Amino acid sequence: MTNSSSPKRNEQDQPETSGPVLKSLKTKLSKPEDAEKKIVGKKLKDVEISVPIVYGNIAFWLGKKANEYQSHKWTVYVRGATNEDTSGVIKKVVFQLHSSFNNPTRVVESPPFELSEQGWGEFEIAITLHFHSDVCEKPLSLYHQLKLYPEDESTSLSIKKPVVVESYDELVFPEPSESFLARVQNHPAVSVPRLPVGFTLPTPAEDPSERKRVDTKDHPLTQWFTNFSEADELLQLAAARQQVQTHIAKLRRQITVIEGQQQQLKPSSDQ
Amino acid sequence: MDAKDILGLPKTPLSVPPEKKSQPKKDSQRKPDGISREVYALTGGLAPLMPSIDSSYLKKRPPSDEKITWQWLPFTNSARKDTLQLYHWVRVVNGVPPTGDYSFAKYNKSIEVTKYTDEEYAQHLTDPSWTKQETDQLFDLCEQFDLRFVIIADRFPSSRTMEELKDRYYSVCRSILLARASSPADVSGHPLVKENYNASQEKERKRALSMVLSQTKQQEKKDAEVLAEAKKIAESRMAAKGVEESVMPATENEFPETTIDHNTLVSLSNVRLAPVAAPPSTLVIADTSSTLASLRMLPVYLRTYALEQMVQQASSSAGLRTIKRVEQTLQDLGINLKPRVPTKAVCAEHLELRKEILTLLNLQKQLQYKEAEGSSLREGTTYSEMPGTPKRQVRDHDRTFIPDAMSFGGERGGRKDPKRKGPGRVSETPSSPANKRPRKMKASDL
Repeated sequence: MTNSSSPKRNEQDQPETSGPVLKSLKTKLSKPEDAEKKIVGKKLKDVEISVPIVYGNIAFWLGKKANEYQSHKWTVYVRGATNEDTSGVIKKVVFQLHSSFNNPTRVVESPPFELSEQGWGEFEIAITLHFHSDVCEKPLSLYHQLKLYPEDESTSLSIKKPVVVESYDELVFPEPSESFLARVQNHPAVSVPRLPVGFTLPTPAEDPSERKRVDTKDHPLTQWFTNFSEADELLQLAAARQQVQTHIAKLRRQITVIEGQQQQLKPSSDQ
Repeated sequence: MDAKDILGLPKTPLSVPPEKKSQPKKDSQRKPDGISREVYALTGGLAPLMPSIDSSYLKKRPPSDEKITWQWLPFTNSARKDTLQLYHWVRVVNGVPPTGDYSFAKYNKSIEVTKYTDEEYAQHLTDPSWTKQETDQLFDLCEQFDLRFVIIADRFPSSRTMEELKDRYYSVCRSILLARASSPADVSGHPLVKENYNASQEKERKRALSMVLSQTKQQEKKDAEVLAEAKKIAESRMAAKGVEESVMPATENEFPETTIDHNTLVSLSNVRLAPVAAPPSTLVIADTSSTLASLRMLPVYLRTYALEQMVQQASSSAGLRTIKRVEQTLQDLGINLKPRVPTKAVCAEHLELRKEILTLLNLQKQLQYKEAEGSSLREGTTYSEMPGTPKRQVRDHDRTFIPDAMSFGGERGGRKDPKRKGPGRVSETPSSPANKRPRKMKASDL
């Protein structure tokens, strides 16, 4: 889920995390703005934009009657983690398929950024995200292993239940440009940290073409999407850390005990 | 017989009868033709890559039309300055002795040492630290010993270092060259003019070389470590640079030097198992900042990539086995090695957990060392004095670390019971330090 406020809270409450360290280091490293501003729009330090995305594939088995070489119908895609529209960030997505496919380089220029095909084989797909020019000049590549067959070999293939493999990741833009920041200020798909005090952004122009987003929530495959929640993971990690810290404290006590004993022993052994 | 063997000539058919019986056997084993078995065996039983003498050549008879005699004749050597007459064997063909100079005379080469007249000396070559007599002596020795400065330095009457002698010689030659040249342009190509001898640089170079040669193994290891770290930093910086083609601000350049020092210090402190206190942690933070800086240079990156980099940096001071143990511990605690939902908060927590596990493993090792120290100390004192309880507790902890950690409540109470019987079992513990060590080894191989 988008979490623009929670990381901040963590930073302030638990000084042990690397959060405040990161933040304070960032402020220390910031140089006079003018020297750092690029010609193409202004870039901001100490503000980092993260866009949570999910990428993966859904594969349906087409049944016994299907052609041997077209046994599965699969869709590979990139979506916003909460199924929100990512077209403000991503300009186009290029899927590089196995060379046995016709035109293995498939370009998708509008959301939903997905590609459907029929086939029988599993292979690695290179997904290259191209961003809008004010977001990022260079493309970013992800790699996804297409999965058609269920993990558990004993389960029989079913036409109704697809095989779904999704991976969660976040796109991090460490120095976003002002225009990008302004554009995504209130965008639900993007998480923007609280801006430093006294920082004001120009209000984004109400661009009608931008508002006309494809409502991805009505996508037919939505029912199969995984809901990634960080809460469980955080709980697990916190519990593990607690255990480790307790153990560390115990070991430290034992070491001091032994050191004390050794101190006592030394004079006696000299005798 | 033996002489023939050495010469490599084939055995004559007039061999002693007992040998005849064994000869067929030898024949079957004999690989080469032309050289006997013993000689062949000397080469290690393997034929040389390039035949030194073609075996057929040995069997070749000299051409029958020529009449060859060998004569003991005198000869002259053009390389000699005196008129000494020596004699040697000469291969005479059809009564005609060979012509030409002594074949080794051409190897008598010598170095041309420049000579200066007294006038030239007065004009160009005077030097406050060198008298004419010394300079003359130097040049005599140079000629006598073919510019072998090691010998010249040894034989020089007054004690001068080799660098001084070389310096004087080369500067004299250079001055003479320049003086005799019709124009400076003529001699500008000469190596003496182009690259003058630099005595101080030579001294430095030799000193540095001797330092490198006399480096201890530890020093070598440290240097290699530092270089490897520098290379890694440079490469990661290169990667960041390649993505973002902007000019690096000046302060970034300071990072390599400072982070190299921090890295070596961090690794040293880990090796010495110093207790985790403020200084090492600040050094670790300094390293984090360099990874962060390189990440920030990228226009965009994935959270998982960032986590990978941070994990790598955090484990840079740990060996491969330690990293595996960290991963094993993570798995035992039920944590995925790569978080399933890598948000910023989750990644930060994951990183901190890994660092804490590293600390834990280091502390365990430290504890083991302390125990080993303690047991070696106790060998000197009476054993019954010290109850084995502390050690027992610790050992049990080591062995049961993972299951203990997994269950918070009930089982721990159960495990404490055997410990209470500890003092009564003192006689069991002191079997020998040797016994304990293998057990400790097992515990540590988690």
